[in-house]
Amino acid sequence: MADNYQCVMCQRCALMCPQNAIKIEVNNFQYAPHYNYDDRIRRIIYEQSGSGGVLLASCGCDLPYHHIFDDLLLDACQVTNPSIDPLREPVETRVFVGRKLAQLIPEIDSRDVVLEMEYPPNLEIQEPLIIGHMSIGSISYNACSSIYKAAQEVGTLAGTGEGGLHKDFYKYKDNIIAEIASGRFGVDTKYIKGAAAVEIKIGQGAKPGHGGHLPGEKVTKMISETRMIPQGSDALSPYPHHDIYSIEDLAQLIGALKETTEYQVPVGVKIAAVHNVAPIASGIVRAGADFITIDGFRGGTGAAPRIVRDHVGIPIELAIAAVDQRLREEQIRQNVTIFAGGSIRYSADLIKIIALGADAAQVCTPVLIAMGCTVCQSCHRGLCAWGIATQRADLVQRLDVNVASKRIMNLFKSWNEELREILGAMGIDSVESLKGNRDRLRYVGANPRIAEVLGVKHAGE
Amino acid sequence: MLENEAVLDWNIIPAKQNDMPISYKEFNASIRNSIKNNQKRIKLMDVLGQRFIGAGLECSGTDPIEIEINGIPGNDLGIFMDGPIITVKGNAEDQVGNTMNSGTIIIHGDCRDVAGLSMRGGKIFVKGNGGYRIGIHMKEYQNQIPIIVIGGAGKEFFGEYMAGGILMALGLKFENSHIVNIEKAISPNLGSGIHGGRIYIRGDVPDAYLGVGAMKTQFSEEDMRLLLPIISEFCNYFNVDEEFILEKAFVKITPGSHRPFAAYYTAKPI
Repeated sequence: MADNYQCVMCQRCALMCPQNAIKIEVNNFQYAPHYNYDDRIRRIIYEQSGSGGVLLASCGCDLPYHHIFDDLLLDACQVTNPSIDPLREPVETRVFVGRKLAQLIPEIDSRDVVLEMEYPPNLEIQEPLIIGHMSIGSISYNACSSIYKAAQEVGTLAGTGEGGLHKDFYKYKDNIIAEIASGRFGVDTKYIKGAAAVEIKIGQGAKPGHGGHLPGEKVTKMISETRMIPQGSDALSPYPHHDIYSIEDLAQLIGALKETTEYQVPVGVKIAAVHNVAPIASGIVRAGADFITIDGFRGGTGAAPRIVRDHVGIPIELAIAAVDQRLREEQIRQNVTIFAGGSIRYSADLIKIIALGADAAQVCTPVLIAMGCTVCQSCHRGLCAWGIATQRADLVQRLDVNVASKRIMNLFKSWNEELREILGAMGIDSVESLKGNRDRLRYVGANPRIAEVLGVKHAGE
Repeated sequence: MLENEAVLDWNIIPAKQNDMPISYKEFNASIRNSIKNNQKRIKLMDVLGQRFIGAGLECSGTDPIEIEINGIPGNDLGIFMDGPIITVKGNAEDQVGNTMNSGTIIIHGDCRDVAGLSMRGGKIFVKGNGGYRIGIHMKEYQNQIPIIVIGGAGKEFFGEYMAGGILMALGLKFENSHIVNIEKAISPNLGSGIHGGRIYIRGDVPDAYLGVGAMKTQFSEEDMRLLLPIISEFCNYFNVDEEFILEKAFVKITPGSHRPFAAYYTAKPI
């Protein structure tokens, strides 16, 4: 039956049309205009009253909440301190992931100073940017392959998401963060011990407090082998981890993972940015996490209830500023590396979030866009025309791994160069010195209270 | 003197030093060291709540690791474990066999909450009672079918979220030299959210005790064939008369649907 709603506006028909004969325009026929009950609200009500179900959505929140990033401006050097030419002079963008020692205790020999201390495991990434967690299942084999390949080439990390690691991808293990989520799908000793870092996923920006549900029809033979569940069965991830009801319990799972990996890799925790994020983060550091990933409310997803995706959580800008401030006050900031996610859209957001207090950012949607995603917000339907968010072989083969990984690498290179441009202009020769350096930000928005929470001065101050 | 000779085979690791318990970190490191030095039969003495014993230990059936625990192991006993055999001569705490892949854990006492969480393979035998949420989200894959047998009773939310495997509660009570049946082997919210696997309860299960999505299914001869070797393994470990267990009938609980939430969501674009 013809149903124009089945079109997801992927625009592939137009872009691939050999005759260049297809043009797509929004059909201006609309419901009678009403500001309050706009078309979106009316379509939601029509659908709910038809099905009685919970509406699903994907990608990230698409409602026009104001971006705080867009109200922040960066500083540059003029006269009194010189800027640096990043094309000729060194500007360091490497970041080390993991717990840092609070102080070095030198042992002074008769001739030498010796630093024989136990150093916690750290990972070196070449730029303050990693690829977030997208599971095989939510995205295709070819998409995962492109991402891991790019991460290896760039010298950064990529997350597995809650889907295990396909046997073909263990060759990328030095660039993989293995996620341990509430369903424990695909989690065995090979997976835990075979990654550069391990991350406990408590929450995700797109669906804080929510579990996961991979419908049986998406559990193909390959997904079944990777998640270690029967083909065609629903994969339900419980809402909480049933061994974590408190910070003490979290400390316990962190401890178990450190025991299992014999203290050789950093163990992190990922949470969604929620109202109380700063004290939660403090608890996570005290529980022994070596890194924290904080995912803002705009973060992406392969499938989430629309009500949660669009209305739960807080912006990453405020969350990172609050967490960084809190950890500094408690003098435990050096114990942890902070990754910020949840709609780091382009390099400007990356630079601003580091200045607000993150060590590095994680990106997902920009990586998908680099591979060809048009942000049609239909990942949950598994029909991705670009071979990214689908398991259908005829669609997956459309994604060329070499081309896609090259494009991701280019994106990372571009962002890193733009970061170096800004660092140079600020007269900063290492990204470490930008971290939490709010003095290099000024607020130009309408709400001074936001500037106060961010710890950023208003422009002109 | 035969007993002493047998002891010689075991590498004995004390969990106490100068009358104080050793930290779990140090204790587990010495267990791992013993295994690296090819001493794979290990007796742990005076264990007092040390966590993560056996965490992530791996071995094959032909080159087994055997650990005997004297005392009370702490939480997460055998977490992520893949192959070893652990015997506990006492009670165990929370999360025994958390996300375990294979191996056997035999507990000669009670175990506490969430035993067998997300377990994918292997077996847990508990002589006494279990805490809350036993066997939560256990799952099976190909020839890996996890098994948990609770000799006594399991508390509420037994088999919650269950996605695969076999979970049993026998309703036995060990009184000095003999065994008696307890009235109910189970509590309310049995199998809440179950979408795979099967639960067998020895004795009555009131309908009101069934959780969301759980239903009673006819106990067949095939089920009996499945259970017999498990029951005899249990009886073997704890010296129980098999006939006594078989005197009372089992109730079988399975998921009402393998897709309990299939109609819950609507994926139509807005």
